[in-house]
Amino acid sequence: MRVVGKGIAKIDGLSIATGKPAYTEDLAAANALVIKILRSPHAFAKIKTIDTAEAKKLAGVVCILTHKDVPKVRFTLAGQSYPEPSPYDRLILDELVRYVGDEVAIIAAVNEKIALQARDLIKVEYEVLEPVLDFETATEHPSMVHPEDDLFCNFDTGLIKEKNIASSQKVEYGNVEEAFEQCAVVVEETYYTQAQAHAMMETYRAYSYLDPAGRLVVVSSTQIPFHVRRQLARALQIPASRIRVIKPRIGGGFGGKQTTVAEIFPALVTLKTGKPAKIIYDRRETFTCSSCRHAMRIKVRLGADADGTIRAIDIDALSDTGAYGEHASTVVSLVGEKTLPLYNKTKALRFVAHAVYTNKMNAGALRGFGATQGTFAVESTVNKLAEALKMDPSEIRLQNLIKAGETCLPYEGKLLGSSSLHRCIQRGKELIGWQEKYPGKDLGNKVRAVGMAVTMQGSGIAGIDTASAEIRLQDDGNYTLLIGSTDLGTGSDTILAQMAAEVLETPLENIAVYAADTDVSPYDPGSYASSTTYVTGMAVVKAAEDLRQQILQRGAKFLESIPEEVEFDGKIITTLDGTKNIGLEKLAYLSVLGAGKCQLVGHGTHGSNVSPPPFIAGFAEVEVDKETGQVNLVDYVAMVDCGTVVNPNLARIQVEGGVVQGIGLALYEDVRYDQKGNLLTNSFMQYKIPCRKDIGNITVGFEESFEPTGPFGAKSIGEVVINTPAPAIAHAVYNAVGVRITKLPITPEKVYMGMYK
Amino acid sequence: MQIETILNNQRVTLEIVPDEMLADTLRRYGLLSVRQGCDTSCCGLCTVWIDGKPTLSCSTLAYRVSGKRVTTIEGVQGEAEEFAQMLVAEGAEQCGFCSPGFILTVLAMKHELKNPTEEQIIHYLTGNLCRCTGYMGQLRAIKKYLGVE
Repeated sequence: MRVVGKGIAKIDGLSIATGKPAYTEDLAAANALVIKILRSPHAFAKIKTIDTAEAKKLAGVVCILTHKDVPKVRFTLAGQSYPEPSPYDRLILDELVRYVGDEVAIIAAVNEKIALQARDLIKVEYEVLEPVLDFETATEHPSMVHPEDDLFCNFDTGLIKEKNIASSQKVEYGNVEEAFEQCAVVVEETYYTQAQAHAMMETYRAYSYLDPAGRLVVVSSTQIPFHVRRQLARALQIPASRIRVIKPRIGGGFGGKQTTVAEIFPALVTLKTGKPAKIIYDRRETFTCSSCRHAMRIKVRLGADADGTIRAIDIDALSDTGAYGEHASTVVSLVGEKTLPLYNKTKALRFVAHAVYTNKMNAGALRGFGATQGTFAVESTVNKLAEALKMDPSEIRLQNLIKAGETCLPYEGKLLGSSSLHRCIQRGKELIGWQEKYPGKDLGNKVRAVGMAVTMQGSGIAGIDTASAEIRLQDDGNYTLLIGSTDLGTGSDTILAQMAAEVLETPLENIAVYAADTDVSPYDPGSYASSTTYVTGMAVVKAAEDLRQQILQRGAKFLESIPEEVEFDGKIITTLDGTKNIGLEKLAYLSVLGAGKCQLVGHGTHGSNVSPPPFIAGFAEVEVDKETGQVNLVDYVAMVDCGTVVNPNLARIQVEGGVVQGIGLALYEDVRYDQKGNLLTNSFMQYKIPCRKDIGNITVGFEESFEPTGPFGAKSIGEVVINTPAPAIAHAVYNAVGVRITKLPITPEKVYMGMYK
Repeated sequence: MQIETILNNQRVTLEIVPDEMLADTLRRYGLLSVRQGCDTSCCGLCTVWIDGKPTLSCSTLAYRVSGKRVTTIEGVQGEAEEFAQMLVAEGAEQCGFCSPGFILTVLAMKHELKNPTEEQIIHYLTGNLCRCTGYMGQLRAIKKYLGVE
């Protein structure tokens, strides 16, 4: 291959790195109204009265909206294909406020200062209600987070509002209790994974205006332009045909921008006033009033034969979805879906899960999406099982893990298309020095030790998400690739252009990429679920192949031949006998010149019935200070199977970035509330993401496999990279000082208290 | 109020309000490379040079640059591009939102430190957060740029 597989620099890299205007705020009109939101100071309360009279008198205030001024139709902000499996449990502004930070009033003014002054002048009287703050007792709590009569879900996801349950599910294969009875060894543990903040550098923001035809244009830093348009249409009760959503460059997302956070507010203000409006969330708002990873309690029971063959797995998960149910059922389902297929010698499996409402900020999608939480719990238990059986934890995995061509209980007979996970483990062991270092070495005050974990994710959502792509042959012989996916900075626009360039045998610079604009781009559900390379990628390949066929046909026609008798080398269409030819540039302008002509446009639409998993074997080497419990990560090795590596440089950075986010989850990051439901970790002062000094060394390697259903054999890479650090580091800490951390993050206090309890 | 400053090598008079932060002033004057990522001077995104020293413009009152030299990445495009090319070649700019502040800090480091060790590089840049790249690729690009191994 000429272009695919090469470490080509990102097509927009230089421009965004050197600060050219490219992001939402850079594009907002200077005269846009500035929007501020008045937010609830209470975790749970009913608004008795709102008095906006004084605020409205302030010069420069243009509009103030309360729950009396908005449509009364419930919706969800989850970025999912319609019909969404998330409950319709939101209003733009509700009489009932469900967490500290929930929206009470929208203020639009000519500048920020006046908007903030007006916000202070609004008088609200609340009837304070008893909040549900502990997710473990939410089902028995007398308060109902969602007592409304019009709470609605498109599917039966087991929503029981009286018990604050947003979703319940159960899957079982075989007879679990019987399988456990036959096991020689059974281990069991309960784990807690904390909420995590996305902490992307560009906070939430959107601006809006009416175009000359009176249509609403919303420019937003979003991963899901098409879902945003649909949600706006429902929430604002206007036809979707009146809405256009444009996504410029976005400053990071990590799943946070898979939830619609800020877009509705400027859109509503623009509709009410006819004026352009913008909202920029500050960091505190982003931490407090957007979404976070679902905190979970996961109980895992694992049974094995005496030789280490894993026979039964039982997982019970409880997920805290917070005040609203975005992604409640789908995130918690991945706890089982992305862990149970790994170990395929099992006779029986069970997965039970509940997601509960609490009066805290809603949880949502975050890189890893439940697989992260499940991996921590299941992999930690596999390490515990290895110890109980006195086996090397890498050996127990090599013995039990699914291989390409095999099936497992949850796959119900379907075969795994590709995997190099066994090779990843072997190579990872070499790179970390497992033979010499496992389990650990006492250095006096400090102990060095290693630990490991494996993981899988998916590539796109099987049977649901479908993406389209379009490639135009422009009048000058260049191409324009139109897609609806979002490049979160990962380089997906570049990777998709690489795929098109490969098929069309053209240099990358001949392809201009345009993404995304709901008026211009073909439909794409957006960039989430590790789908862009795999799903949109295949749509691009199909579109390029379609266009290639059209070029052959049109070329043959000009050469007075038939498509079967001409060839195209990317520049020239030639008859197979070599007698006649026509250049692409000439073909291009002749295609748009004169009567009866037609511009060549290739189309491709793709959805997949499978979601092939990428795999990682992760290895951590830590140094634990016996006197303080401090854990220093010395080295981290991630061996990756993402199928064909489409762009090695970009893939490597994806892995490094995801591993560091996983290290953050493992050691530092923790979303914490006080007893009244106020978020304590509302700035980078309190919420610690890793800085350069916190991460040690990271080594990344690829063991390529070939995924038969993927574009050029590729699978995904975006999410899987975050899953292994927490269990691998926890394992290394156990091997160092014998403390089994079951509640993330692994703080010095927990390690120290564990050592000296 | 008005202040005089040398902004990207040009003498200019800026109209500011007394409590305005420099980051807001610069953006208002069209220097859109200046970004803000936090409200607590933690993230380094808003870094500009004041008299050649990397400074957080989000927590510097605009009036304090009166009579001083202010440089944003727009003012050092050549030098910035030279390093940016190495950064982009590594794939280490990712979303790019933090890049201008990061690059200005790297350039300032190059001016300030002679043959820095890896530890010194990491220390110098600790105030520049990045959530995308995991820092390793940035470090590779910096070492290439400085010619150190």
